[in-house]
Amino acid sequence: MKATLIVHRGVPGEPERTEQFEVAFEPGQSVLDGLRIVRRDIDPTLAFRFACINANACKECMMLIDGKVEYACTSRLKEGLTVLAPLPKKALVRDLVTEIVPPDERL
Amino acid sequence: MHLETEVLVIGGGGAGMYAALEAARTGASVVLADRSIVGRGGATVMAQMTVAAALGEQVPDHWEYHLADTLAAGRGLCDARLAAMLCEEGPHRIREMDSWKVGWAREDGHIKQAQAPGHDRPRCVYVDFLSTGPAVSRTLRGRVNAVGGIRRISELAIVDIAVRDGEACGATALHLSTGQIVTIGAKAVVIATGGLTRLYRRNSASANMGGDGYALALRAGAELIDMEFVQFFPIGHLAPRLVGMDPIMWDPFRYKLGGKLLNAEMREFETDYAARDTRSDGRYVLTRDLATYAIFKEVEAGRGSPAGGAYLSFQHVPEAEIRRAFGPVVDRLAANGINLAAQPVEVAPIAHYHMGGVRVDERMCTRVPGLFACGEALGGANGANRLSGNAITEAFVFGARAGQNAAEHALARSNGYSADATRCTVDLLRSASRRDGPNTAATIATLQALMSDKVGPFRTGRTLQAAETALMEITSEIGDRPLAAESPCDPVLVDWLDLRNMLLVARSVTAAALARTESRGAHQREDHPGLDAAWEINQIVSLESGRLRLRRQAPTIDRNAA
Ligand SMILES: Cc1cc2nc3c(=O)[nH]c(=O)nc-3n(C[C@H](O)[C@H](O)[C@H](O)COP(=O)(O)OP(=O)(O)OC[C@H]3O[C@@H](n4cnc5c(N)ncnc54)[C@H](O)[C@@H]3O)c2cc1C
Ligand code: FES
Repeated sequence: MKATLIVHRGVPGEPERTEQFEVAFEPGQSVLDGLRIVRRDIDPTLAFRFACINANACKECMMLIDGKVEYACTSRLKEGLTVLAPLPKKALVRDLVTEIVPPDERL
Repeated sequence: MHLETEVLVIGGGGAGMYAALEAARTGASVVLADRSIVGRGGATVMAQMTVAAALGEQVPDHWEYHLADTLAAGRGLCDARLAAMLCEEGPHRIREMDSWKVGWAREDGHIKQAQAPGHDRPRCVYVDFLSTGPAVSRTLRGRVNAVGGIRRISELAIVDIAVRDGEACGATALHLSTGQIVTIGAKAVVIATGGLTRLYRRNSASANMGGDGYALALRAGAELIDMEFVQFFPIGHLAPRLVGMDPIMWDPFRYKLGGKLLNAEMREFETDYAARDTRSDGRYVLTRDLATYAIFKEVEAGRGSPAGGAYLSFQHVPEAEIRRAFGPVVDRLAANGINLAAQPVEVAPIAHYHMGGVRVDERMCTRVPGLFACGEALGGANGANRLSGNAITEAFVFGARAGQNAAEHALARSNGYSADATRCTVDLLRSASRRDGPNTAATIATLQALMSDKVGPFRTGRTLQAAETALMEITSEIGDRPLAAESPCDPVLVDWLDLRNMLLVARSVTAAALARTESRGAHQREDHPGLDAAWEINQIVSLESGRLRLRRQAPTIDRNAA
């Protein structure tokens, strides 16, 4: 099966831009699996945040998936289009990465 | 940017947070740095179940019994000083966590302790349901936030330890979300970076567990011990794809409900292998190394499940009982299309924990003055194999010890930092460039496949030699200047820095595994089956003028040795 990911790219101040990636997947795989496949097979410069991959414990992988705030590691890949964007209420850092670090833990 | 502190703690997992707390309690100023977010980046927050300590709440117990089990599992290689410290001080830390309201599961007014493989009695505390790690992390994060004197900095990846006149004096770091190079002056440095299981394709690791601390220690001049002993967790989840759950989650299911391991013929096979181990009584007490062996052998004999592992079945357990034991977890499984009462799942051994690590003395100090280590990053306490539940206890106990000793060291001396000590690494980071090179993410996947196929739970001289060659090839492929895309938040640069560490650590594991021509605990040589008494010896790795060096040393069996 094939998923098409439409992914927000770029840093603050740049004009809005998306890129499209196709990934082959097996049923049950997560959006995070898909993003990791994109980096490994297509574009290693794509930035997104995650730590725990499977456990849904780190809570770092939140993003907008088809307009809803979700964990990339628990949302599943689907056939057809999926739109991925950074969290809307957090400052953008790059691509899908936003500033989610608690203020008193920043540099 | 430059920062100054008395104690720098690298890594904000259970060990690092405990170290920071204890260093602050001893009166030192602390910077607690994590490449991810403090309390969320490593193994601690992912742990799901047991923490071993001889509390004697369930049945009478004594830490000496816990020690006897720990030493037996370690197959003659434990550093008895560290193992004894783990077992003796474990109960104190577990009760301290209890007083901080971590929420250990209780029964009839006492803390409940469960039986786990390799332990002679019920000894393991936990937080329901499968919430031990999150509860531990939350509790420690709360403490670290509440006490003064600890500056927490997330997204600060330590790239190298700064050494001056042979002593640790700080570190060089990359702040990921701003791309800033940060130098830190510190009078003592604590490595609490966790393990290395990300080196393997199938693992229970987070993205931050590529073994940074081992590489940091080696490059700073410290030694590593027992690097050949990587623990594979026998029943890691394999199929169907299960998202949002820890891949080692089946262990608690087995403790509570007993689950059967079946091969492709739907026949239980564990007892075939249990008979071969004198420590096993033929029930579900196969230690992890033996269970890993059993599954690999079944797969090798053509009796594996479709995805290449074994079946784990709870079909004999009534649905209501499964629900009673695991409540909400049953719904999370259903969301993944899994109904345990109706179908088996597939499991296989996955890289889970590292027994080896930074070599320290009884003060948690490396051979580099001012450089300490704790938690999974340290080696020696568990020898050739670790008992389940010992890892979180070790994170607490060694973390607290390292924090206190580092603070005492720091308070007794003046600042030894100079910019010379960080110049080399600062220059390295500044030399990062956009240029043609391999896809760094693909290179990491190649490295992981290589380690699984050639330096996995079953090794031979031939596979290990092939791995050494391949690792050197990848090392020259990535070059000695960092590859980069665009700053800040540059995943290519992070991959390259990870590869720099992962390759050095992978080479350390491989070299030690190649030299050890016997099978012991988690290290199984197909070409050298069976334990060889002459190999009751620790191997120690160091980096001398850019080359890995291996030496041997008799294990410390006197627990009072200084
Ligand atoms: C899924 C899973 C389940 C487990 N279940 C259990 C269990 O039930 N019982 C048990 O006893 N043990 C269990 N273990 C093992 C146990 O959780 C770990 O050994 C223990 O938590 C390690 O604690 P730590 O503080 O040493 O390291 P970690 O908790 O891994 O923390 C290390 C931290 O260091 C940071 N870091 C790494 N490199 C750098 C760097 N260069 N710069 C800055 N920061 C860095 C990481 O981001 C991370 O936050 C489990 C492990 C896993 C993976
Ligand atoms: S990757 Fe950790 S919660 Fe999603």
